[in-house]
Amino acid sequence: MSDILLQANAVAKHFGGVKALRDVSLSIRRGEVYGLIGPNGAGKTTFFNCMTGLYIPDGGGFTFDGVALQADAPHRAAELGIARTFQNIRLFGNMTALENVMVGRHVRTKAGVFGAMFLNRATRDEEAAIRQRAVELLHYVDIADRADDLAKNLSYGDQRRLEIARALATEPKLLCLDEPAAGMNATETEELRVLIEGIRKDGTTVLLIEHDVKLVMGLCDRVAVLDYGALVIEDVPAVVQKDPRVIEAYLGA
Amino acid sequence: MKNWLSPKSMTGIALIAIALIVLPHVVGMGGQAWVRILNFAILYVFLALGLNIVVGFAGLLDLGYIAFYAVGAYTWALLASPHFGLHFPVWAILPIGALMACVFGVLLGSPTLKLRGDYLAIVTLGFGEIIRIFLNNLNSPVNITNGPQGITLIDPVKVGDFSFAGTSQIFGMTMTGPQKYYYLLVALALLVIIINVRLQHSRIGRAWQAIREDEIAAKAVGINTRNIKLLAFAMGASFGGIAGGIFSAMQGFVSPESFSLIESIMVLAMVVLGGMGHIPGVILGAVLLTFLPEVLRYAVTPVQMALFGKILVDPESLRMLVFGLALVLVMRFKPAGLWPSPERSRELSEKPVEVVK
Repeated sequence: MSDILLQANAVAKHFGGVKALRDVSLSIRRGEVYGLIGPNGAGKTTFFNCMTGLYIPDGGGFTFDGVALQADAPHRAAELGIARTFQNIRLFGNMTALENVMVGRHVRTKAGVFGAMFLNRATRDEEAAIRQRAVELLHYVDIADRADDLAKNLSYGDQRRLEIARALATEPKLLCLDEPAAGMNATETEELRVLIEGIRKDGTTVLLIEHDVKLVMGLCDRVAVLDYGALVIEDVPAVVQKDPRVIEAYLGA
Repeated sequence: MKNWLSPKSMTGIALIAIALIVLPHVVGMGGQAWVRILNFAILYVFLALGLNIVVGFAGLLDLGYIAFYAVGAYTWALLASPHFGLHFPVWAILPIGALMACVFGVLLGSPTLKLRGDYLAIVTLGFGEIIRIFLNNLNSPVNITNGPQGITLIDPVKVGDFSFAGTSQIFGMTMTGPQKYYYLLVALALLVIIINVRLQHSRIGRAWQAIREDEIAAKAVGINTRNIKLLAFAMGASFGGIAGGIFSAMQGFVSPESFSLIESIMVLAMVVLGGMGHIPGVILGAVLLTFLPEVLRYAVTPVQMALFGKILVDPESLRMLVFGLALVLVMRFKPAGLWPSPERSRELSEKPVEVVK
């Protein structure tokens, strides 16, 4: 088993004349928290979308866990073990928190139409297991008391947590979080840090896009910086923080 | 989870069962026409529940749903009538009809997978019309559907020697054809309702709902949206196909004009007016919208006579006017439908809860 979980090879993507990604190559190791930072419009979310199959890259590609990722097949990416959250939270608003997480189990379960119609033993057992796992995950992200509330009625911080629980329900090898701390206050950000630490400790690799520099530097094992769609540097936080190009492009003097 | 065995719900179930058994005899006192209307109400329950899978669960607006009803009806008509001289037994034709409709559901579904909302509605509307026009014109060069004349002398539902058409004696009781069909339809309806409830609360049902709520998020959690959408079209269409088959057998006659656009719109109105995505609501919508125009048909003339002493407005126009007005009023005052699911009524009646921290 290779040490590298995800390898991006010269990924390029442009929208009309705008080069959103210019041959970005980076590698994420198993078990680490990997930070991806950069100014607004640097191409971080585009990178995410290419990786999870929502966009088709114009050049290059990804190798995940030894398998070449097929472009434009988001459900395949989830099957292989890439789960993500969204910058602007995308929950199933009119479903309960519990149901949201239960949907996350879809890709790891298989009951079909006939199972549902005849409600045979296997289907009932699977359904019970789905529910139990979903409840466990709600406890894991600490929102079990909101299980029966509609997702859209949860507070902002709880919605972020629910989205993480739903992503974890797919049993990912790589969990990609797109600005999870956006709009959170200091306490919530700290709670989020603890949660991500926990996820890493439980064996899931985390890719983190984040603007909160303190959070990224404190949490990540390695950090990559994007600017104008190009990779500036990929290294441990201590080195990245001192790099003059990064300071100029992003961190400021 | 409700406790079905509690004394209270047992009493409820028993009362509903008695009402369902007695209903055709009570309604039959007003003439067999009313029993036929009752049967149509149940057929529309099938259709509305089928469409509810596509529109209510998966959120795909389908304006050509009646095409699947047509496919089911013509499948029965062609396989059990003198037209081709075929007389298949019921246990063979019903599944074939459902399967045919299912195939057409997938045929319609596949080119529309990337479409949503208005665009999807237009394409499905076109599909519904294409089927009707095909049925109208497939009488030459080879006569398949017999064109606008339709197909006559279609076999009734027969189980062994027992035919559901005509009056017969059962357990010493005289039962008319419509009354016998009623019991068959009620039995089938219960089956269809159970299947729908089970589907809704299954892994597949949740996937449909997820696609309705946010397709991109659904993809991101690993739902193969293409297959799951096609499954919704296929399942919805099969229910339409079964309803069409029974319609064919009950009427003994089908022609393309039974499958016009207004029928699709009526079924959609039943789903929306009853409460999209909520099975009891959809059933209510179907029953109400079948009965309302019929009741109006009988009420409009006497009411005008009583009020004005003469008939001022043509009964048929007035009937549709009142019917349309009723729809507008319901949608104005109960936008989520007459009997929406608890979540959906909250969604539309209240402002979303803004929690600012």
